[in-house]
Amino acid sequence: MVKLPKNNSRLKKFREYIAKFNLRFPDEGTSPERYRALRRNIMILMILVTIIPLSLMATINYYQYQKSLKAEIFNPLNVLTNKTKRSFELFLEERLSTIRFISSAYSCEDLSNEKVLNRILLVLKKEFEGFVDLALINSGGRLVNYAGPYSFLGKDYSQQSWFHEVLVKGCHISDVFMGYRKFPHIAIAIQNLSGADQCWILRATIDTKKFDAIIATMELDPQSDAFILNKEGILQTDSRLYGKILEKCSLSIPHGGYGTYLSEETDNEGREIFIAYTRFVEPEYTLVVVKPRSLILKTWFTFRTEIFFIFIGSVLIIVLLVFKLTDIQVNHIKEADEKRELAFRELEHSQKLSSIGRLAAGVAHEINNPLAIICQKAGLMKDMIDVGSDFKEKSKFVQITDSILQSVNRCSIITHRLLGFARRMEVEYEELNLNEVLQEVIGFLEKEALHRNIKVTTKFDSDLPLISSDRSQLQQVFLNILANGFAAVEDGGIIIIKTWEENDEFEGVSIRDNGCGMSKKDLDNIFEPFFTTKKGYGTGLGLPITYGIIKKMGGTIDVKSTEGVGSTFTILLPKKLKNI
Amino acid sequence: MDEYRVLIVDDEKELVTTIAERLQIRGIQTDTATDGETALAMIEENPPQVVVLDVMMPGIGGIEILQRMNAQNIKIPVILLTGYGSTEQGTEGMELGAFDYIMKPCDLNILISKIKEAVKLYG
Repeated sequence: MVKLPKNNSRLKKFREYIAKFNLRFPDEGTSPERYRALRRNIMILMILVTIIPLSLMATINYYQYQKSLKAEIFNPLNVLTNKTKRSFELFLEERLSTIRFISSAYSCEDLSNEKVLNRILLVLKKEFEGFVDLALINSGGRLVNYAGPYSFLGKDYSQQSWFHEVLVKGCHISDVFMGYRKFPHIAIAIQNLSGADQCWILRATIDTKKFDAIIATMELDPQSDAFILNKEGILQTDSRLYGKILEKCSLSIPHGGYGTYLSEETDNEGREIFIAYTRFVEPEYTLVVVKPRSLILKTWFTFRTEIFFIFIGSVLIIVLLVFKLTDIQVNHIKEADEKRELAFRELEHSQKLSSIGRLAAGVAHEINNPLAIICQKAGLMKDMIDVGSDFKEKSKFVQITDSILQSVNRCSIITHRLLGFARRMEVEYEELNLNEVLQEVIGFLEKEALHRNIKVTTKFDSDLPLISSDRSQLQQVFLNILANGFAAVEDGGIIIIKTWEENDEFEGVSIRDNGCGMSKKDLDNIFEPFFTTKKGYGTGLGLPITYGIIKKMGGTIDVKSTEGVGSTFTILLPKKLKNI
Repeated sequence: MDEYRVLIVDDEKELVTTIAERLQIRGIQTDTATDGETALAMIEENPPQVVVLDVMMPGIGGIEILQRMNAQNIKIPVILLTGYGSTEQGTEGMELGAFDYIMKPCDLNILISKIKEAVKLYG
């Protein structure tokens, strides 16, 4: 069994979260509010499901690239720093070995000889760069022999720290110092213990021009800097940015081991810089390489800008697409809903019509028989009055029977209409001209028009092509609508009948009156069976029959009406009769 | 007038008797029947010149009577009375050889003119 409670609570949380956004998808009704909600929710969802992965990808890309770029930038810096350190170490090691070799190769006596020492210095200067002088110091710290530009002979070093260091460690490389000629030097001293009872120290001074040369081989760009510090943080070479030689470096370098370290710093002047630094074992120097961050991260910044614009661009495109797509989608849904609604209403209406039709047919049929009897009985009464001898109220009786017969006649008209409404339509195809059919129908109503002084104007399209339809049914349609118009207008009213060719498939007829018009409520009901505004004398079947016929023919009927202004019925009829 | 002898068949007794009475006032001798069997028996026994038949009757209806008359080769003009507003049964009857059909409720004068037409045509 899978444990569900946890999932359920998560689901619940998700639902609550969704509810917070009001992310409902209302599925009923056709109110604009529903489509607004639908549109908004689809948009939110679509934007979320597209933007979230996009942002995620952009972020991952950003960090991945940053990581690999850093490695790519830092590795060469690391390598360069290490290489330079090795050059320095090699340079110093070389000098140290040379001095060590001399101290081993020559005896104290040889070195004490001024000529020999001068010769050795000459060779050193010739073969190695940077040697300035050579001095021999005895175990008491006194300078006993000297070859070089100065005269230090007899100088006592016994109190100097480097002398004691040499005695302890056997060798010494000094920090940089300014010599008498005011250019930077370092001193290298080696203790020789080869003599049985005496030790002596050979000391050489080397100028540090070579240091600058080694730094120059790094080929740094103009914004970058490289220099050497001693363990007190005093500059051992000139720095472009952080001070002259023998000055305290204004940049503080963290202490570390002997590896190469990289760090990001902000210097005293607010420059953002990358520092690579490494310590020498002997002497205790630190090589520092400084590069401005902006230079190193130029590619990175370019990439960052690119990724930013690509992201913004993508988001814009997505949002635009989502808007457009959602619009199309929701409109589709809306149209489908409207169509469904319409189809449903039409189905409902036609079902109503057919069930009422069946009921009406039943009633009409049942009533027809007693009606026939009444008719015949009244007829018989009349016959008898006619053939019988005169009596006192004969004329009155004739009147009464006539009245009965008239009423029966009215009833039979109603039952016939009911039956007509109910019966399945048998359409008889016929090529006919709508103008002619309309003219015939107008003919039926001519008398009433004349009597009531109603002006019937026709605006017929004389080039109207023939349509295939049923003449009697069309007559009924037009008659019903015209009868409505006649009922709506006052005496002296106007009715305008127009025909036109709508398109390749349909022809249009409009019947407009300037009568009383209809309210919105009446307008909604005019095609409902038994709905009538003609109190007392309407059957409420005229327009439903009309509607039914037109629908069966595959046409449409539309009514526009304004109360007090008039109504317009617009009918579109197919040129070719629809086969049902 | 002897030349007009008509049989009217309808399940509504009141209707047939009234129509018969009215026709008789106009000098048309009229027999009545209220069901199919009686009508058929009367036709066989004493053939009238014209038969007026209601289409919708319980038991044997107008259309069936017409069919039986055809089967027995009885050549008497038949006028059908159709209750429905439809022309279907009327046309069905016409196809079976009925002389004409009239929709109920009918005007007596129309019925008489149809009867006269039928008699004139069939002799």
